[in-house]
Amino acid sequence: MHERAAESIEFIRETMVRSASFTAVPGQGGVAMGAIGVLTAVVASQATTPERWLATWLSAAVIASPIGLAATILKARRHHVALWSASGRRFMQGFLPSIAAGAALTLALVRADRIELLPATWLLLYGAGILAGATASISVLTWVGALFMVLGVGAVATVGQWPDLWLGAGFGGLQIIFGIIITRKHGG
Amino acid sequence: MAARRNAAAAERPGTARRARPAQPPAATHAANLDRLIHDRTRLAIISALAASSSLTFTELKHLLDLSDGNLSVHARKLEDAGYVTCTKGFEGRLPRTEFALTDAGHRALRQYLDHMEAIIKHARTKR
Repeated sequence: MHERAAESIEFIRETMVRSASFTAVPGQGGVAMGAIGVLTAVVASQATTPERWLATWLSAAVIASPIGLAATILKARRHHVALWSASGRRFMQGFLPSIAAGAALTLALVRADRIELLPATWLLLYGAGILAGATASISVLTWVGALFMVLGVGAVATVGQWPDLWLGAGFGGLQIIFGIIITRKHGG
Repeated sequence: MAARRNAAAAERPGTARRARPAQPPAATHAANLDRLIHDRTRLAIISALAASSSLTFTELKHLLDLSDGNLSVHARKLEDAGYVTCTKGFEGRLPRTEFALTDAGHRALRQYLDHMEAIIKHARTKR
């Protein structure tokens, strides 16, 4: 009887976790954004001026963000998950503040002519946003966020060197690898 | 030697006071179990709603992998018991049914969990 009781408690726990998690994280969208990241790293590494380098990465962000959003909406529809469900809202509340902070710091660093600090800033804040969002979503995102932050620390330690390598590894490599994992394990 | 004699006496019928099996505390009696939410489907509905403020019929159906009919029947039983509220409305032109757990539903789940924990605790103390 106690085994059945333990089983019931585990069943309740699993159901509650499933219900409270935001599962519309797009794996395929992640792969697409990662491909843009890799391509951008290659193009940006050949930029002749800091302005062109910045324009290349900002253009990539402008192209990749709607792709990520559209992929999230499509996955949510496919899985009949409300984007603005309680878990969806908690995910956004965790994720968006870091992205907003990243945008504000980008503006401040460009104005202060400290463009060399942007790769570390972007990687650290994107990682922090994903880590915060992961508390309301699938557990694999914890790894994604943590690894983005590790790359950010690497970029801090080597400021001014290999910016496209760090950014390409994060916004390209990590997104492709985990996009594939999410696609396989979490239905697209 | 004395210990062996005592053990032998204890084994002889009529001479030994047979140890009564430990009585489970009241909380572990099956009779106290809330049968309504002991059912796996209804327990899943209650658990899912306990973790989200509300869920639509479609969300619950896909989350718990239930058929329309199955979800309707079990949700109705929970609604009749006062554990769940059901709000019907429209989203654009599409009908939308939303479920939420009532205070009584939260209490019932808590009591059910207490009951399960008591059973586990009782089994551990018996070992």
